[in-house]
Amino acid sequence: MTPPLEKERIKQMKVTSSSFKENTRDALSNPTLQNSLKRLHTGFVSSRSRAAARMPEFELLRDQARDIKDHVLAHLDVYLEKFELQCQAHGGHVHWCRDENHAKDVVLDICQKANAKTVTKGKSMIGEEIAINDHLEANGIEPIETDLGEYIIQLRNEPPSHIIAPATHVSKEQVADVFRLTHSDLDPARNLDEPDNILAEARAMLRNRYMEADVGITGANFLVAETGSSIIVTNEGNGDLTQTLPRVHIVLASIEKIVPTLLDATALLRVLARSATGQEMSSYTTFSTGPKRDTDVDGPSEYHVILLDNGRSDLLDSEFKEMLRCIRCGACLNHCPVYGAIGGHAYGWVYPGPMGSVLSPGLIGLQNTKHLPQASTLCGKCEEVCPVRIPLPLLLRNWRFLIYDRGLTDRKLAFGLSIWAYLAKRPMLYHLVVRWLIRVLALGARKKGRYKYLPGLKAWTQTRDFPAPQGKTFMQQWR
Amino acid sequence: MSSSQPNVALFVTCLVDLFRPSVGFATVKLMEEAGCKVSVPNSQTCCGQPTYNSGDRKNTVQIARQVIQTFEHYDYVVAPSGSCTGMIKEHYPRLFEGVPSWHEKSLNLASRIYELTSFLVDVLGVAGVSGTYAAKTTYHDSCSGLRELGIKEQPRKLLAGIEGLKTEEYDGAETCCGFGGMFCIKYSEISDKMATDRIDQLTSTGAEILLGGDLGCLINLAGKLKRKGSFIQVRHVAEILAGMTDDPAVGEGKN
Repeated sequence: MTPPLEKERIKQMKVTSSSFKENTRDALSNPTLQNSLKRLHTGFVSSRSRAAARMPEFELLRDQARDIKDHVLAHLDVYLEKFELQCQAHGGHVHWCRDENHAKDVVLDICQKANAKTVTKGKSMIGEEIAINDHLEANGIEPIETDLGEYIIQLRNEPPSHIIAPATHVSKEQVADVFRLTHSDLDPARNLDEPDNILAEARAMLRNRYMEADVGITGANFLVAETGSSIIVTNEGNGDLTQTLPRVHIVLASIEKIVPTLLDATALLRVLARSATGQEMSSYTTFSTGPKRDTDVDGPSEYHVILLDNGRSDLLDSEFKEMLRCIRCGACLNHCPVYGAIGGHAYGWVYPGPMGSVLSPGLIGLQNTKHLPQASTLCGKCEEVCPVRIPLPLLLRNWRFLIYDRGLTDRKLAFGLSIWAYLAKRPMLYHLVVRWLIRVLALGARKKGRYKYLPGLKAWTQTRDFPAPQGKTFMQQWR
Repeated sequence: MSSSQPNVALFVTCLVDLFRPSVGFATVKLMEEAGCKVSVPNSQTCCGQPTYNSGDRKNTVQIARQVIQTFEHYDYVVAPSGSCTGMIKEHYPRLFEGVPSWHEKSLNLASRIYELTSFLVDVLGVAGVSGTYAAKTTYHDSCSGLRELGIKEQPRKLLAGIEGLKTEEYDGAETCCGFGGMFCIKYSEISDKMATDRIDQLTSTGAEILLGGDLGCLINLAGKLKRKGSFIQVRHVAEILAGMTDDPAVGEGKN
């Protein structure tokens, strides 16, 4: 096995994954967040399970989805080049971008050549990954998020907390507050109590911005090699307005988004929405192939596709390869009891939850992110619901092997483990030692059967009693 | 294999050995009653999960070799834990990929090791155990048993034979309790939140007893229940099935 990514990539976007423990404490003591998490968990989880139950062939479809992705990953070079040729044949431009900075420069260059002042944006996790908004702003171009969730967090100046529901941590009262603050020219007495009012106001504000924008940037759920098309799915239709109204359309995509054919894309679309929101299809599924043709009524006059690597080709050649099957449905986040306890921000970078805990170390290095693969009980729920059957617990454990091998394990823990291992490998000594240890532990709690406090196990006894052993070990008592 | 009486080794698991030997004795009783000849090889210690899940592959491999050798000559190996069984059944073969002789041995052990309730129901075809225990219970399906080994119906099927015992399912039965080995110490706040959520869910069933098949989860949930002053008792399913409930429940004293 080759440990991938020996060099730690330097990111400009603020990564707070190294303060995971502090982030966790903040999240657990934030009542608004805890309320939102409860809703998210019950909502998405039950919709997915109903959607899966309605479709008898759902499990077979997951196998098919996995196989399509594996096939693509085994022939990624071929399909990427095919995509490039097809895209160019339809008048599009393809930009191969090695890393984050390269991609940002290419996007900025396209925007500057178009004399862009404002840029509308559909939801794009790649946009978050390369922090494109910051880069555009720094260069005098105003990015405007058009997905409602993204728009809200842009106004609140914070990163997304979920890959498909970026503002899931925000309450509707908080949305009303930030709207009143930023849409300051509207009637202060207006009603923003109901989600419908909030939505209507966002629509009204965004409508003009679509018209003004010089460039529209979207993500891509899939890129189709046989046709050179990009596909996005949305529930608000904002992606369509973002990509058809401005003169220039830029698609931000990472290299593993490729699928061979339209048929393959439909197979993946069938598992995507069901796994994500429990819908059979998203409200909008939009295909774009090149710029506006002479016969088209509308559409951009330039069409660019950014193909971002940013560490993915290293993953392709590693024990984390299966992570590149991910279609970003968010099911692993929705079902993860750890994500459900702390939400997305605690993970400290753009990709939270189980998928993020595997992907982030691969993209931004293990040094900053070493908590993420460790902060899991490996309960396996994520793998159970993953539409492309990524063995997430195994991949998390693979990171743990690297964390241990590189000496990044917590010192006290590593010391304790080495003693345990030393004993476990010497049964006679082990039985002798544990016999006494257990005897002492049992005697100390003879009456109550449990400890309210145990030095050395404070992390446990702070919040839970520690059940005491019964007395003699089994091996001691066995005939 | 002798046709009448299978030669079964008990892998007692470190948690049962150290914390709750009564579960080990209950396991032996159940297997003997089902017609097995039970042995307990004394070179057993631990399955290696603490090192494995902490990324220490080298020590894990050495521990795994020892476990494989310890249990080489039995028809079956049975453990009162889905987690330790899952480790040996699912993960040992992975550890020895590329080392043909050991890989083969690990697969051989994997084919012979079973979690207790699965062994009784799936291998021995036990339809239900008899006994009386009047109580309202609820059951926590531990993650490894449920998702790595597919254990769900087996314990319930066995419990159905106990007269007076009622099982009320709870919403969080299949959701992790937050134990996770080292996780509950390293990320104790998250672990506590998960345990708290499970406790809230299971308390609402009105059950008097919480049962499960993995001592790690049970110690965690019992610790939280007792801290909250709950009267819900926590026991390993083997204790009820074997009719061995004289010992105080997990985390409870003698009076």
